Amino acid sequence: MVETTELKVKIGLEVHCQLTNLKSKLFCSCSSDYRQSPPNTHVCPVCMGTPGSLPVLNRKAVEDAILIALALNMQISNKTIFYRKNYFYPDMPKNFQISQYDRAGGIPIAKNGSKKLEVEKIVHISRLQIEEDPGKISYEGTIETSKSAFVDYNRAGIALVEIVTEPDINSPKEARIFLQKIRSIMEHLGVSSGELEGSMRCDANISIQGGTRVEVKNISSFKEVERALNFEITRQKNLLRTGHRIGQETRHWDEARRVTISLRVKEEEEDYRYFPEADLVPLSISEEEIERQKNSMPELPEGHMQRLMTQYDISRQNAMTLIDNKALAEFFEESAVNYSHPDLLGNWIVGDLLSYLYEMDIELKDAKLMPRDLVKMLELIDDGTISGKIGKELLKEMLISGKSPDEIINQKEMRRISDSEYLNQLTEEIFSSNPQAVKDAIKDPKAVRFLIGQLMKKTGGKADPQLANNLVNEKLKTSKT
Amino acid sequence: MSRILELSASELVSKIRTQEITAEEYVNKCYERIKEVEDRIHAFITLTENIALEKAQEIDSRIRRNEKVGTLSGIAVAIKDNICINDVRTTCASKMLENFIPPYDATVIQRLKSQDAILIGKTNMDEFAMGTSTEHSQFGPTHNPHDLDRVPGGSSGGSAASVAALETTISLGSDTGGSVRCPASFCGIVGMKPTYGLISRYGLIAYANSLEQISPIARNVADLALLTECIAGQDNKDSTSIDSGTQNLKNCLVDDVSGVKIGVPEELFGIGTDEVVSKAVWEAISKLEGLGATFSKIKLESLEYALASYYIIAMSEASSNLARYDGLRYGLRLDDENYDWSTAYSRNRDVGFGAEVKRRIMLGTFALSAGYYNEYYLKAQRVRTLIRQELSKAFKDFDLIIGPTMPILPFRLGEKLLDPLEMYMCDVDTVIANLAGIPAISVPCSSSQGLPIGVQMMAPALREDVLIKVAFSLEQHLKPDLELKV
Repeated sequence: MVETTELKVKIGLEVHCQLTNLKSKLFCSCSSDYRQSPPNTHVCPVCMGTPGSLPVLNRKAVEDAILIALALNMQISNKTIFYRKNYFYPDMPKNFQISQYDRAGGIPIAKNGSKKLEVEKIVHISRLQIEEDPGKISYEGTIETSKSAFVDYNRAGIALVEIVTEPDINSPKEARIFLQKIRSIMEHLGVSSGELEGSMRCDANISIQGGTRVEVKNISSFKEVERALNFEITRQKNLLRTGHRIGQETRHWDEARRVTISLRVKEEEEDYRYFPEADLVPLSISEEEIERQKNSMPELPEGHMQRLMTQYDISRQNAMTLIDNKALAEFFEESAVNYSHPDLLGNWIVGDLLSYLYEMDIELKDAKLMPRDLVKMLELIDDGTISGKIGKELLKEMLISGKSPDEIINQKEMRRISDSEYLNQLTEEIFSSNPQAVKDAIKDPKAVRFLIGQLMKKTGGKADPQLANNLVNEKLKTSKT
Repeated sequence: MSRILELSASELVSKIRTQEITAEEYVNKCYERIKEVEDRIHAFITLTENIALEKAQEIDSRIRRNEKVGTLSGIAVAIKDNICINDVRTTCASKMLENFIPPYDATVIQRLKSQDAILIGKTNMDEFAMGTSTEHSQFGPTHNPHDLDRVPGGSSGGSAASVAALETTISLGSDTGGSVRCPASFCGIVGMKPTYGLISRYGLIAYANSLEQISPIARNVADLALLTECIAGQDNKDSTSIDSGTQNLKNCLVDDVSGVKIGVPEELFGIGTDEVVSKAVWEAISKLEGLGATFSKIKLESLEYALASYYIIAMSEASSNLARYDGLRYGLRLDDENYDWSTAYSRNRDVGFGAEVKRRIMLGTFALSAGYYNEYYLKAQRVRTLIRQELSKAFKDFDLIIGPTMPILPFRLGEKLLDPLEMYMCDVDTVIANLAGIPAISVPCSSSQGLPIGVQMMAPALREDVLIKVAFSLEQHLKPDLELKV
């Protein structure tokens, strides 16, 4: 019997990021803005692999890759070569993928980088390569029940970079944090937008001490990665616990059922027959070009974080959370311009706003929230028009409806009640209907809270808390005598 | 047969421009000739008569209106059936592409069209350009116009036979390991594989993309130079195309070889070389010497491994280049209801490809496989590098390297069909230029019992001018005794 709870987990990731800022595909002039288009409308002889067509490299993709390599502290090759990865699959128009390779004479665009996760934790990056995305296959219903498969080649030929890490990651959580950092770097570089569906995907290699390396493919978003890894680790630990061996295999993450399914075992592993792509010439990258990209390097997440801390005096934790999602950080800064308590603002964004977005499962860009409205809401709290608690409700409502805080407050009568005559009247009602609670409160000051709570309840939380406190306490004094 | 058909391209251009004859009249004569001989030659897979005549009439009317016309105005050009013409069936002589109609023009086709050439038809070839005899066409073989029982060479057999048989004036083939020089030699005409990158490959359906070039074929060196100039030049659709600078080939058409230094590698006269071929080539060398050139025998030891290296690289590339023919997006698609994709692919490929294509795909797949890659593909690439180095060293001392184009005379149909290795051996002298990426030309130099013999000359990269100059001289002084049998 193997004791499995303490077993060490090693995870290596292959992260695929589409270079979504490019106007055209990697090897042809088809528009890369395909997401809203009908199937097979962003295609040409080149990306369809029509006989006789030839690829021509989009040089801008190389510039992007250089930026990424620099941001990940990688060694950039002065000469890089494209290779063909050969395998048959219906989403591959040519039945080979133009990619890069680090063996058989191949030279990827960059090697040997690293990314720090925390002070003590570094993930080493073995290589960065440029490659083309395959098309997309879809089914009627599920893969098992669908009578046919439908192929859409709009995505075929979209420029990707693949970031391959060493197996330095030791938990699903670390994997998620690493991917968040990668996404943030991509967004800060302006080369890839993680908000677009399917723009960042990954495969994971997982091995548990005492087992063999298992690859999990088809993890279609960063949200899924923690889930898929947790499932796979539990599965492997259970196998080990019950005395089974773990063989080398490739598995598929089934997002809908949240399980991994075996695709093929070691004996059936594909032989990709990598060899040089002779239709493209070896690419030289000069020191000058690298220098040029270095000089054009925008602010990276680390620098951005430091700046947020000093410029706005917000906590390190808040700054870190903000820069994980560049759009959120930008939203913060746009709001902070018009608001005098950025620390408070930071708490609201990192706390309530982020958890609402998570709850609603939307990206910030999909939420109907403007920075000026958030600021307005905070000002309403500051000047006592609404309570903090009402503020939370209001924010949620703003996210859903996109309406201004004033409009919602008026519509839903959220305004704070400071009318002491009205509140006094309510207090009397509460005292007369809760005689026992009044008695308790007279003996035990802690029990006063119940009465105050009743008053807040009656006003839907809109009673001015200070005033409510005073009124109830005063009334108690008179009740004593 | 009309005298018009024997005229050279440049003569025809001037007669058409001066309205001595009309393009329409000439093109009609071409089709008359085609109809007269095609049942015996079978050089064409598809004729484009309507398009050709329409273009001829357009050119004629532009000439009558005194408008500008291109350098090939009205000239019939036959196109090998692996070069895409927009809206014209392009089959690669394969059932796989029997109904494939490309949605675009190859760059060379655009250039020909812009120079007012007339695209007369698509020519027969070995399936996907894999062969040395045009017998591997899935639409039946082409016959040699000088002996109908013999092969025209290959794989551009249709392009060469159509020019030799006066069905067209010039043609385009493609040369991956000799596929233009071989049929040029066997059919008694001129064919040149240019420097790799001189001519855009955009629209050439790939067999072995690191080796092949679209290549011109003509009955005389001047026409060859004219055609080459029309189609050469950098193309932003082909990353491997190069800026050739300003090679003026027409200026090289002078009968002067004095001072030209020639290297004659003994390896090009190795075992298997027919004595009549050796003798004819040496006579040509002597002729050049008599005209003021000098020659030395040299040794190029790496050439011993050229053929093996060539076939491994070509087949490896072919296995990948031909992977796209699965029936899903174009080409042959059998009924695939109730088959999974993998089985459907296999069925399409099993029926669509001929035996020689399957053989090369399988061997190439093997050569690239894990565990064999180093021993085959990588080793072949190393040999390729050695050959390049040895040749560039030789070219420090010599302007040209000369030898036979083909080691043997045109063979009989069926003679080598059952022995693939013997067929591959025929390419032993031509593959060198493809491995090294250098230009090579085949010029008729003699004949034996009415069968043509060609001499091959190779020059350093981008020195097509040297080839054209020396070929032109040879042409002036050697008149092989040849007679058409159609």
